[in-house]
Amino acid sequence: MVQPTTGSATSASQTLDTSPLLEFDKVGLEYPFEGSMRRIIDEVSLSIKPGEFVSFVGPSGCGKTSILRMVSGLSPAPLGEIRYRGKPITKPLNNVGIAFQNPVMLPWRNTIDNVMLPLEIVQPYKGQFRQKKAEFVHMAQDLLATVRLQDFQKQYPWQLSGGMRQRASLCRSLIHQPEILLLDEPFGALDAFTREEMWSMLQALWMRVKCVSILITHDLREAVFLSDRVFVMGPRPSSIIYEEQISLPRPRTLEMELSDEFNHYFSNIRRHIHHN
Amino acid sequence: MASSNFERFLKSKSAGFILPLIATILLFALWELAVIIFKIPEFNLPSPTNILKAGIEFAPQLLANSIRTLWTTLLGFFLAVIVGVILGFFIGYSKFAYLTLYPLLVAFNTIPKAAIVPLFAIWFGANAIPATLTAFLLAFFPIAVNVALGLETVEPEMKDVLQSLGASQVETFQKVGWPHTLPYIFASLKIAASFAFIGTVISESVASNAGLGYLIVQATSDFNIPLAFAALIVLAIMGVILYGFFIYLEKKVIYWAR
Repeated sequence: MVQPTTGSATSASQTLDTSPLLEFDKVGLEYPFEGSMRRIIDEVSLSIKPGEFVSFVGPSGCGKTSILRMVSGLSPAPLGEIRYRGKPITKPLNNVGIAFQNPVMLPWRNTIDNVMLPLEIVQPYKGQFRQKKAEFVHMAQDLLATVRLQDFQKQYPWQLSGGMRQRASLCRSLIHQPEILLLDEPFGALDAFTREEMWSMLQALWMRVKCVSILITHDLREAVFLSDRVFVMGPRPSSIIYEEQISLPRPRTLEMELSDEFNHYFSNIRRHIHHN
Repeated sequence: MASSNFERFLKSKSAGFILPLIATILLFALWELAVIIFKIPEFNLPSPTNILKAGIEFAPQLLANSIRTLWTTLLGFFLAVIVGVILGFFIGYSKFAYLTLYPLLVAFNTIPKAAIVPLFAIWFGANAIPATLTAFLLAFFPIAVNVALGLETVEPEMKDVLQSLGASQVETFQKVGWPHTLPYIFASLKIAASFAFIGTVISESVASNAGLGYLIVQATSDFNIPLAFAALIVLAIMGVILYGFFIYLEKKVIYWAR
Protein backbone atom coordinates (compact mmCIF):
# COMPACT_ATOMS: atom_id res chain seq x y z
CA MET A 1 0.00 0.00 0.00
CA VAL A 2 1.17 3.48 -0.81
CA GLN A 3 2.20 5.64 2.10
CA PRO A 4 0.23 8.74 3.12
CA THR A 5 0.39 11.27 0.34
CA THR A 6 0.55 14.15 2.78
CA GLY A 7 2.86 17.08 2.51
CA SER A 8 5.41 15.61 4.92
CA ALA A 9 6.61 19.10 5.87
CA THR A 10 3.41 19.94 7.73
CA SER A 11 3.20 16.63 9.61
CA ALA A 12 6.84 16.94 10.68
CA SER A 13 6.29 20.42 12.09
CA GLN A 14 3.16 19.13 13.84
CA THR A 15 5.03 16.44 15.71
CA LEU A 16 7.62 18.94 16.90
CA ASP A 17 4.91 21.34 17.95
CA THR A 18 3.68 20.40 21.43
CA SER A 19 1.56 23.48 22.02
CA PRO A 20 -2.17 22.77 21.92
CA LEU A 21 -3.82 22.86 18.50
CA LEU A 22 -7.23 23.55 19.99
CA GLU A 23 -8.00 25.33 23.24
CA PHE A 24 -11.46 25.56 24.78
CA ASP A 25 -11.63 28.57 27.07
CA LYS A 26 -14.76 28.66 29.26
CA VAL A 27 -16.92 27.63 26.32
CA GLY A 28 -20.63 27.90 27.09
CA LEU A 29 -23.93 27.70 25.27
CA GLU A 30 -27.40 28.95 26.08
CA TYR A 31 -30.73 28.92 24.25
CA PRO A 32 -33.71 31.18 24.67
CA PHE A 33 -36.46 29.12 26.25
CA GLU A 34 -39.84 30.42 27.45
CA GLY A 35 -38.64 33.97 27.67
CA SER A 36 -35.40 33.33 29.51
CA MET A 37 -32.02 31.96 28.54
CA ARG A 38 -31.51 28.33 29.37
CA ARG A 39 -27.94 27.25 29.86
CA ILE A 40 -27.05 24.12 27.87
CA ILE A 41 -23.29 24.02 28.30
CA ASP A 42 -22.08 25.58 31.53
CA GLU A 43 -18.35 25.85 31.02
CA VAL A 44 -15.92 23.69 29.13
CA SER A 45 -12.19 24.35 29.29
CA LEU A 46 -9.70 21.92 27.84
CA SER A 47 -6.97 21.71 25.28
CA ILE A 48 -6.19 19.21 22.54
CA LYS A 49 -2.67 18.50 21.30
CA PRO A 50 -1.83 17.99 17.62
CA GLY A 51 -2.53 14.46 16.48
CA GLU A 52 -4.70 13.60 19.47
CA PHE A 53 -7.89 11.54 19.20
CA VAL A 54 -10.46 12.63 21.76
CA SER A 55 -14.06 11.61 22.39
CA PHE A 56 -16.95 13.33 24.08
CA VAL A 57 -19.50 11.08 25.74
CA GLY A 58 -22.47 12.04 27.86
CA PRO A 59 -26.26 11.94 28.11
CA SER A 60 -28.24 13.11 25.12
CA GLY A 61 -29.02 16.80 25.05
CA CYS A 62 -25.84 17.77 26.89
CA GLY A 63 -24.57 19.77 23.91
CA LYS A 64 -22.05 17.35 22.42
CA THR A 65 -23.03 18.08 18.84
CA SER A 66 -22.98 21.82 19.58
CA ILE A 67 -19.34 21.46 20.60
CA LEU A 68 -18.53 20.00 17.19
CA ARG A 69 -20.34 22.81 15.44
CA MET A 70 -18.39 25.34 17.49
CA VAL A 71 -15.05 23.75 16.66
CA SER A 72 -15.89 23.59 12.94
CA GLY A 73 -16.83 27.25 13.07
CA LEU A 74 -20.23 26.47 11.54
CA SER A 75 -21.73 27.98 14.70
CA PRO A 76 -18.90 29.68 16.62
CA ALA A 77 -18.92 29.52 20.42
CA PRO A 78 -21.40 32.12 21.76
CA LEU A 79 -19.81 32.21 25.22
CA GLY A 80 -16.10 31.89 25.87
CA GLU A 81 -13.95 30.96 22.93
CA ILE A 82 -12.30 28.10 21.12
CA ARG A 83 -8.84 28.90 19.82
CA TYR A 84 -7.25 27.15 16.89
CA ARG A 85 -3.47 27.70 16.90
CA GLY A 86 -4.07 30.57 19.29
CA LYS A 87 -6.70 32.33 17.13
CA PRO A 88 -10.37 32.36 18.15
CA ILE A 89 -12.64 30.44 15.78
CA THR A 90 -15.26 32.83 14.45
CA LYS A 91 -16.03 31.46 11.00
CA PRO A 92 -15.90 28.03 9.30
CA LEU A 93 -12.35 26.67 9.28
CA ASN A 94 -11.66 25.20 5.89
CA ASN A 95 -9.20 22.57 7.01
CA VAL A 96 -11.61 20.35 8.87
CA GLY A 97 -13.16 17.10 7.77
CA ILE A 98 -16.65 16.23 8.96
CA ALA A 99 -18.62 12.99 9.03
CA PHE A 100 -22.13 12.72 10.39
CA GLN A 101 -24.38 9.86 11.46
CA ASN A 102 -26.16 10.34 8.15
CA PRO A 103 -23.45 9.62 5.57
CA VAL A 104 -24.65 12.16 3.03
CA MET A 105 -23.27 11.49 -0.42
CA LEU A 106 -24.08 13.17 -3.70
CA PRO A 107 -26.30 10.70 -5.60
CA TRP A 108 -25.13 11.94 -9.00
CA ARG A 109 -21.52 11.09 -8.25
CA ASN A 110 -19.99 7.65 -7.97
CA THR A 111 -17.99 6.68 -4.91
CA ILE A 112 -14.62 7.97 -6.02
CA ASP A 113 -16.01 11.27 -7.28
CA ASN A 114 -17.82 11.71 -3.97
CA VAL A 115 -14.58 11.12 -2.09
CA MET A 116 -12.79 13.64 -4.29
CA LEU A 117 -15.33 16.43 -3.72
CA PRO A 118 -13.22 18.32 -1.12
CA LEU A 119 -10.30 18.47 -3.55
CA GLU A 120 -12.48 20.50 -5.92
CA ILE A 121 -13.14 23.07 -3.20
CA VAL A 122 -10.18 23.33 -0.82
CA GLN A 123 -6.96 25.09 -1.83
CA PRO A 124 -4.28 24.24 -2.86
CA TYR A 125 -5.92 21.13 -4.38
CA LYS A 126 -8.61 23.16 -6.13
CA GLY A 127 -6.08 25.10 -8.22
CA GLN A 128 -4.19 21.93 -9.15
CA PHE A 129 -7.24 19.80 -9.81
CA ARG A 130 -6.81 19.64 -13.58
CA GLN A 131 -3.05 19.07 -13.71
CA LYS A 132 -2.84 16.67 -10.79
CA LYS A 133 -6.10 14.81 -11.32
CA ALA A 134 -4.34 11.46 -11.77
CA GLU A 135 -2.47 11.91 -8.52
CA PHE A 136 -5.67 12.89 -6.70
CA VAL A 137 -7.49 9.86 -8.08
CA HIS A 138 -4.66 7.79 -6.68
CA MET A 139 -5.02 9.43 -3.26
CA ALA A 140 -8.73 8.64 -3.26
CA GLN A 141 -8.13 5.06 -4.36
CA ASP A 142 -5.62 4.67 -1.56
CA LEU A 143 -8.08 5.84 1.08
CA LEU A 144 -10.83 3.67 -0.38
CA ALA A 145 -8.51 0.66 -0.25
CA THR A 146 -7.88 1.33 3.46
CA VAL A 147 -11.61 0.93 4.10
CA ARG A 148 -11.82 -1.98 1.61
CA LEU A 149 -13.92 -0.10 -0.93
CA GLN A 150 -11.40 -0.39 -3.76
CA ASP A 151 -13.85 -2.47 -5.81
CA PHE A 152 -16.68 0.01 -5.40
CA GLN A 153 -15.15 3.15 -6.90
CA LYS A 154 -17.56 3.37 -9.80
CA GLN A 155 -20.67 2.48 -7.81
CA TYR A 156 -23.28 5.09 -7.04
CA PRO A 157 -24.43 5.75 -3.47
CA TRP A 158 -27.68 3.81 -3.87
CA GLN A 159 -25.65 0.75 -4.80
CA LEU A 160 -23.79 0.83 -1.47
CA SER A 161 -24.90 -0.37 1.98
CA GLY A 162 -25.15 2.08 4.87
CA GLY A 163 -21.80 0.95 6.27
CA MET A 164 -20.14 1.34 2.88
CA ARG A 165 -21.54 4.83 2.50
CA GLN A 166 -20.21 5.74 5.93
CA ARG A 167 -16.76 4.40 5.01
CA ALA A 168 -16.81 6.45 1.80
CA SER A 169 -17.87 9.54 3.73
CA LEU A 170 -14.95 8.99 6.16
CA CYS A 171 -12.62 8.90 3.16
CA ARG A 172 -14.18 12.11 1.88
CA SER A 173 -13.67 13.79 5.25
CA LEU A 174 -9.95 12.93 5.19
CA ILE A 175 -8.88 13.28 1.56
CA HIS A 176 -7.91 16.95 1.80
CA GLN A 177 -5.55 16.19 4.72
CA PRO A 178 -7.53 18.17 7.28
CA GLU A 179 -5.90 19.13 10.54
CA ILE A 180 -9.09 18.43 12.43
CA LEU A 181 -11.49 15.54 11.90
CA LEU A 182 -14.94 15.94 13.41
CA LEU A 183 -17.10 12.85 13.82
CA ASP A 184 -20.69 13.24 14.97
CA GLU A 185 -21.87 9.77 15.98
CA PRO A 186 -20.69 8.42 12.64
CA PHE A 187 -21.53 4.80 13.42
CA GLY A 188 -24.71 5.40 15.41
CA ALA A 189 -26.98 4.00 12.70
CA LEU A 190 -24.97 0.85 12.01
CA ASP A 191 -25.42 -2.61 13.49
CA ALA A 192 -23.01 -3.79 16.20
CA PHE A 193 -20.88 -5.99 13.92
CA THR A 194 -20.48 -3.35 11.23
CA ARG A 195 -19.71 -0.78 13.88
CA GLU A 196 -16.77 -2.74 15.30
CA GLU A 197 -15.44 -3.24 11.80
CA MET A 198 -15.71 0.52 11.26
CA TRP A 199 -13.68 1.25 14.39
CA SER A 200 -10.70 -0.64 12.98
CA MET A 201 -11.06 1.04 9.63
CA LEU A 202 -11.37 4.50 11.15
CA GLN A 203 -8.28 3.78 13.27
CA ALA A 204 -6.37 2.69 10.16
CA LEU A 205 -7.42 5.85 8.31
CA TRP A 206 -6.60 8.06 11.27
CA MET A 207 -3.19 6.46 11.82
CA ARG A 208 -2.30 7.40 8.27
CA VAL A 209 -3.11 11.09 8.64
CA LYS A 210 -2.74 11.54 12.43
CA CYS A 211 -4.89 14.64 12.56
CA VAL A 212 -6.73 15.87 15.64
CA SER A 213 -9.96 13.90 15.81
CA ILE A 214 -12.98 14.71 17.90
CA LEU A 215 -15.56 11.97 18.16
CA ILE A 216 -19.04 12.42 19.57
CA THR A 217 -20.55 9.11 20.55
CA HIS A 218 -23.01 7.30 22.80
CA ASP A 219 -21.00 4.12 22.63
CA LEU A 220 -18.48 4.00 25.48
CA ARG A 221 -16.62 1.01 24.02
CA GLU A 222 -16.23 2.94 20.79
CA ALA A 223 -14.82 5.90 22.72
CA VAL A 224 -12.32 3.70 24.59
CA PHE A 225 -11.31 1.78 21.48
CA LEU A 226 -10.59 4.85 19.38
CA SER A 227 -9.49 7.62 21.74
CA ASP A 228 -6.38 8.89 23.43
CA ARG A 229 -8.60 10.78 25.83
CA VAL A 230 -12.29 10.51 26.67
CA PHE A 231 -14.22 13.44 28.09
CA VAL A 232 -17.42 12.71 29.99
CA MET A 233 -20.00 15.46 29.99
CA GLY A 234 -22.56 15.81 32.77
CA PRO A 235 -26.28 16.51 32.45
CA ARG A 236 -27.50 20.00 31.52
CA PRO A 237 -26.09 22.56 32.10
CA SER A 238 -23.12 20.42 31.23
CA SER A 239 -19.43 20.59 31.80
CA ILE A 240 -16.60 18.06 31.65
CA ILE A 241 -17.09 15.98 34.77
CA TYR A 242 -14.50 13.32 34.07
CA GLU A 243 -11.55 12.74 31.82
CA GLU A 244 -9.87 9.42 31.12
CA GLN A 245 -6.53 8.97 29.41
CA ILE A 246 -6.52 5.74 27.36
CA SER A 247 -3.02 4.36 27.05
CA LEU A 248 -3.77 1.17 25.11
CA PRO A 249 -1.11 0.61 22.46
CA ARG A 250 -1.94 1.22 18.80
CA PRO A 251 -3.02 -0.19 16.50
CA ARG A 252 -5.73 -1.43 18.80
CA THR A 253 -7.41 -4.69 17.97
CA LEU A 254 -10.90 -5.96 18.65
CA GLU A 255 -9.40 -8.66 20.91
CA MET A 256 -8.22 -5.90 23.25
CA GLU A 257 -11.86 -5.25 24.04
CA LEU A 258 -11.77 -8.38 26.18
CA SER A 259 -8.68 -7.31 28.13
CA ASP A 260 -8.84 -6.19 31.75
CA GLU A 261 -7.21 -2.90 30.85
CA PHE A 262 -9.91 -2.12 28.31
CA ASN A 263 -12.66 -2.97 30.78
CA HIS A 264 -10.98 -0.95 33.48
CA TYR A 265 -11.21 2.15 31.25
CA PHE A 266 -14.72 1.26 30.26
CA SER A 267 -16.02 0.91 33.80
CA ASN A 268 -14.24 4.07 34.94
CA ILE A 269 -16.08 6.01 32.28
CA ARG A 270 -19.34 4.16 32.75
CA ARG A 271 -19.41 5.07 36.45
CA HIS A 272 -19.44 8.76 35.56
CA ILE A 273 -22.32 8.74 33.11
CA HIS A 274 -25.43 10.30 34.60
CA HIS A 275 -28.87 9.86 33.23
CA ASN A 276 -31.13 12.83 32.78
CA MET B 1 -47.07 -20.33 -15.71
CA ALA B 2 -49.21 -17.96 -17.73
CA SER B 3 -49.35 -15.48 -14.89
CA SER B 4 -45.57 -15.41 -14.49
CA ASN B 5 -45.22 -14.73 -18.21
CA PHE B 6 -47.65 -11.88 -17.84
CA GLU B 7 -45.66 -10.48 -14.89
CA ARG B 8 -42.54 -10.62 -16.99
CA PHE B 9 -44.33 -8.82 -19.82
CA LEU B 10 -45.41 -6.05 -17.40
CA LYS B 11 -41.79 -5.52 -16.41
CA SER B 12 -40.59 -5.43 -20.02
CA LYS B 13 -39.94 -2.21 -21.91
CA SER B 14 -42.40 -2.92 -24.72
CA ALA B 15 -45.32 -3.15 -22.27
CA GLY B 16 -45.13 0.62 -21.84
CA PHE B 17 -45.97 1.03 -25.54
CA ILE B 18 -48.16 -1.96 -26.27
CA LEU B 19 -50.62 -1.56 -23.39
CA PRO B 20 -51.50 2.11 -23.99
CA LEU B 21 -51.77 1.37 -27.72
CA ILE B 22 -54.25 -1.45 -27.08
CA ALA B 23 -56.19 0.78 -24.67
CA THR B 24 -56.38 3.57 -27.26
CA ILE B 25 -57.55 1.20 -30.01
CA LEU B 26 -60.15 -0.31 -27.67
CA LEU B 27 -61.38 3.15 -26.68
CA PHE B 28 -61.86 4.17 -30.30
CA ALA B 29 -63.52 0.86 -31.16
CA LEU B 30 -65.99 1.23 -28.27
CA TRP B 31 -66.59 4.82 -29.29
CA GLU B 32 -67.30 3.78 -32.90
CA LEU B 33 -69.65 1.01 -31.72
CA ALA B 34 -71.48 3.33 -29.32
CA VAL B 35 -72.06 5.87 -32.06
CA ILE B 36 -73.46 3.15 -34.37
CA ILE B 37 -75.55 1.31 -31.77
CA PHE B 38 -77.09 4.38 -30.12
CA LYS B 39 -77.39 6.22 -33.45
CA ILE B 40 -75.69 9.32 -32.00
CA PRO B 41 -75.90 12.14 -34.56
CA GLU B 42 -72.58 13.40 -35.87
CA PHE B 43 -73.56 16.84 -34.61
CA ASN B 44 -73.33 15.60 -30.99
CA LEU B 45 -70.55 13.05 -31.13
CA PRO B 46 -68.85 12.18 -34.40
CA SER B 47 -67.49 8.65 -34.78
CA PRO B 48 -63.71 8.13 -34.90
CA THR B 49 -63.90 7.24 -38.60
CA ASN B 50 -65.69 10.53 -39.33
CA ILE B 51 -63.09 12.39 -37.28
CA LEU B 52 -60.36 10.68 -39.29
CA LYS B 53 -62.12 11.62 -42.55
CA ALA B 54 -62.35 15.25 -41.42
CA GLY B 55 -58.72 15.09 -40.39
CA ILE B 56 -57.68 13.98 -43.87
CA GLU B 57 -59.98 16.43 -45.61
CA PHE B 58 -58.78 19.41 -43.57
CA ALA B 59 -55.18 18.23 -43.22
CA PRO B 60 -53.60 21.48 -44.52
CA GLN B 61 -55.58 23.65 -42.05
CA LEU B 62 -54.85 21.26 -39.19
CA LEU B 63 -51.16 21.25 -40.00
CA ALA B 64 -50.84 25.03 -40.30
CA ASN B 65 -52.73 25.66 -37.06
CA SER B 66 -50.87 22.90 -35.20
CA ILE B 67 -47.57 24.48 -36.12
CA ARG B 68 -48.81 27.82 -34.85
CA THR B 69 -50.00 26.30 -31.57
CA LEU B 70 -46.79 24.32 -31.21
CA TRP B 71 -44.39 27.21 -31.60
CA THR B 72 -46.37 29.63 -29.43
CA THR B 73 -46.55 26.95 -26.73
CA LEU B 74 -42.85 26.15 -26.98
CA LEU B 75 -41.90 29.83 -26.94
CA GLY B 76 -44.09 30.50 -23.89
CA PHE B 77 -42.75 27.37 -22.26
CA PHE B 78 -39.15 28.32 -22.99
CA LEU B 79 -39.67 31.76 -21.41
CA ALA B 80 -41.35 30.05 -18.46
CA VAL B 81 -38.34 27.79 -17.92
CA ILE B 82 -35.93 30.72 -17.89
CA VAL B 83 -38.04 32.96 -15.65
CA GLY B 84 -39.17 30.05 -13.47
CA VAL B 85 -35.64 28.82 -12.80
CA ILE B 86 -34.35 32.32 -12.00
CA LEU B 87 -37.31 33.14 -9.74
CA GLY B 88 -37.11 29.76 -8.05
CA PHE B 89 -33.41 30.29 -7.48
CA PHE B 90 -34.05 33.60 -5.71
CA ILE B 91 -36.95 32.27 -3.65
CA GLY B 92 -34.99 29.18 -2.69
CA TYR B 93 -31.80 30.95 -1.72
CA SER B 94 -32.91 34.29 -0.33
CA LYS B 95 -35.20 34.60 2.65
CA PHE B 96 -35.84 38.19 1.62
CA ALA B 97 -36.97 37.21 -1.88
CA TYR B 98 -39.05 34.38 -0.43
CA LEU B 99 -40.92 36.64 1.98
CA THR B 100 -41.36 39.39 -0.60
CA LEU B 101 -42.22 37.47 -3.75
CA TYR B 102 -43.85 34.22 -2.70
CA PRO B 103 -47.20 35.67 -1.54
CA LEU B 104 -47.39 37.74 -4.72
CA LEU B 105 -46.70 34.68 -6.85
CA VAL B 106 -49.37 32.65 -5.08
CA ALA B 107 -51.90 35.46 -5.45
CA PHE B 108 -51.05 35.86 -9.11
CA ASN B 109 -51.27 32.14 -9.73
CA THR B 110 -54.82 31.97 -8.36
CA ILE B 111 -56.08 34.42 -11.00
CA PRO B 112 -57.82 32.39 -13.71
CA LYS B 113 -55.68 33.04 -16.76
CA ALA B 114 -58.69 32.97 -19.10
CA ALA B 115 -59.73 36.23 -17.43
CA ILE B 116 -56.51 37.95 -18.50
CA VAL B 117 -56.61 36.93 -22.17
CA PRO B 118 -59.10 39.68 -23.23
CA LEU B 119 -56.74 42.24 -21.69
CA PHE B 120 -53.83 40.80 -23.62
CA ALA B 121 -55.90 40.99 -26.79
CA ILE B 122 -56.55 44.69 -26.17
CA TRP B 123 -52.86 45.36 -25.48
CA PHE B 124 -51.27 43.20 -28.16
CA GLY B 125 -54.05 42.45 -30.66
CA ALA B 126 -55.48 39.10 -31.75
CA ASN B 127 -52.24 37.40 -32.70
CA ALA B 128 -49.63 35.03 -31.34
CA ILE B 129 -48.53 37.28 -28.45
CA PRO B 130 -51.48 36.69 -26.09
CA ALA B 131 -51.15 32.93 -26.66
CA THR B 132 -47.42 32.94 -25.91
CA LEU B 133 -47.94 35.05 -22.81
CA THR B 134 -50.76 32.88 -21.49
CA ALA B 135 -48.68 29.76 -22.03
CA PHE B 136 -45.84 31.43 -20.17
CA LEU B 137 -48.03 32.57 -17.28
CA LEU B 138 -49.48 29.12 -16.71
CA ALA B 139 -46.15 27.34 -17.01
CA PHE B 140 -43.69 29.39 -14.98
CA PHE B 141 -45.29 28.95 -11.57
CA PRO B 142 -44.81 25.19 -11.12
CA ILE B 143 -41.22 25.54 -12.35
CA ALA B 144 -40.39 28.36 -9.91
CA VAL B 145 -41.96 26.51 -6.98
CA ASN B 146 -40.12 23.28 -7.79
CA VAL B 147 -36.74 24.97 -8.21
CA ALA B 148 -37.19 26.68 -4.84
CA LEU B 149 -38.26 23.38 -3.28
CA GLY B 150 -35.25 21.60 -4.74
CA LEU B 151 -32.85 24.15 -3.30
CA GLU B 152 -34.53 24.05 0.10
CA THR B 153 -34.40 20.28 0.39
CA VAL B 154 -30.61 19.88 0.18
CA GLU B 155 -29.64 17.86 3.28
CA PRO B 156 -28.37 20.16 6.05
CA GLU B 157 -25.42 17.80 6.58
CA MET B 158 -24.39 18.27 2.95
CA LYS B 159 -24.55 22.04 3.35
CA ASP B 160 -22.41 21.72 6.49
CA VAL B 161 -19.86 19.59 4.65
CA LEU B 162 -19.57 22.19 1.88
CA GLN B 163 -19.50 25.13 4.27
CA SER B 164 -16.83 23.53 6.46
CA LEU B 165 -14.68 23.13 3.37
CA GLY B 166 -14.98 26.86 2.81
CA ALA B 167 -17.10 26.56 -0.33
CA SER B 168 -18.54 29.80 -1.69
CA GLN B 169 -22.27 30.23 -2.36
CA VAL B 170 -21.62 29.79 -6.08
CA GLU B 171 -19.64 26.60 -5.50
CA THR B 172 -22.34 25.22 -3.22
CA PHE B 173 -24.93 25.90 -5.91
CA GLN B 174 -22.79 24.41 -8.65
CA LYS B 175 -21.71 21.26 -6.79
CA VAL B 176 -24.85 20.52 -4.78
CA GLY B 177 -27.79 22.91 -5.21
CA TRP B 178 -28.19 22.71 -8.97
CA PRO B 179 -27.80 18.94 -9.46
CA HIS B 180 -30.01 18.32 -6.42
CA THR B 181 -32.67 20.55 -7.98
CA LEU B 182 -32.64 18.87 -11.42
CA PRO B 183 -35.10 16.07 -10.52
CA TYR B 184 -37.49 18.70 -9.17
CA ILE B 185 -37.08 20.75 -12.35
CA PHE B 186 -37.86 17.76 -14.55
CA ALA B 187 -40.91 16.89 -12.48
CA SER B 188 -42.13 20.46 -12.99
CA LEU B 189 -41.29 20.57 -16.71
CA LYS B 190 -43.69 17.72 -17.43
CA ILE B 191 -46.50 19.56 -15.65
CA ALA B 192 -45.51 22.93 -17.08
CA ALA B 193 -45.50 21.60 -20.68
CA SER B 194 -49.13 20.51 -20.37
CA PHE B 195 -49.98 23.82 -18.69
CA ALA B 196 -48.36 25.74 -21.55
CA PHE B 197 -50.58 23.90 -24.06
CA ILE B 198 -53.65 24.71 -21.99
CA GLY B 199 -52.61 28.37 -21.85
CA THR B 200 -52.06 28.61 -25.59
CA VAL B 201 -55.37 26.96 -26.45
CA ILE B 202 -57.34 29.08 -23.96
CA SER B 203 -55.87 32.19 -25.47
CA GLU B 204 -56.36 31.04 -29.06
CA SER B 205 -60.00 30.28 -28.46
CA VAL B 206 -60.63 33.70 -26.89
CA ALA B 207 -58.48 36.04 -28.93
CA SER B 208 -56.43 34.90 -31.87
CA ASN B 209 -56.23 34.63 -35.62
CA ALA B 210 -54.80 31.13 -35.83
CA GLY B 211 -53.93 28.01 -33.83
CA LEU B 212 -55.77 24.86 -32.87
CA GLY B 213 -57.88 26.68 -30.24
CA TYR B 214 -58.93 29.13 -32.91
CA LEU B 215 -59.65 26.26 -35.33
CA ILE B 216 -61.84 24.49 -32.75
CA VAL B 217 -63.90 27.63 -32.14
CA GLN B 218 -64.25 28.23 -35.89
CA ALA B 219 -65.15 24.61 -36.59
CA THR B 220 -67.84 24.49 -33.88
CA SER B 221 -69.41 27.71 -35.08
CA ASP B 222 -69.54 26.14 -38.58
CA PHE B 223 -71.10 23.02 -36.97
CA ASN B 224 -68.10 21.08 -38.29
CA ILE B 225 -67.86 18.95 -35.15
CA PRO B 226 -65.64 16.22 -36.70
CA LEU B 227 -63.00 18.86 -37.49
CA ALA B 228 -63.16 20.21 -33.91
CA PHE B 229 -62.59 16.68 -32.63
CA ALA B 230 -59.75 16.15 -35.09
CA ALA B 231 -58.10 19.31 -33.73
CA LEU B 232 -58.58 18.05 -30.15
CA ILE B 233 -56.94 14.76 -31.00
CA VAL B 234 -54.00 16.54 -32.63
CA LEU B 235 -53.64 18.55 -29.41
CA ALA B 236 -53.61 15.39 -27.32
CA ILE B 237 -50.98 13.82 -29.58
CA MET B 238 -48.74 16.90 -29.36
CA GLY B 239 -49.11 16.93 -25.57
CA VAL B 240 -48.16 13.25 -25.27
CA ILE B 241 -45.16 13.68 -27.57
CA LEU B 242 -43.85 16.65 -25.58
CA TYR B 243 -44.40 14.75 -22.32
CA GLY B 244 -42.59 11.74 -23.76
CA PHE B 245 -39.73 13.94 -24.86
CA PHE B 246 -39.25 15.22 -21.30
CA ILE B 247 -39.36 11.71 -19.88
CA TYR B 248 -36.67 10.73 -22.38
CA LEU B 249 -34.58 13.79 -21.50
CA GLU B 250 -35.06 13.14 -17.80
CA LYS B 251 -33.78 9.57 -18.12
CA LYS B 252 -30.73 10.82 -20.04
CA VAL B 253 -29.87 13.77 -17.79
CA ILE B 254 -30.70 12.50 -14.31
CA TYR B 255 -30.04 8.80 -14.78
CA TRP B 256 -28.79 8.79 -11.18
CA ALA B 257 -32.10 9.87 -9.63
CA ARG B 258 -34.13 7.01 -8.17
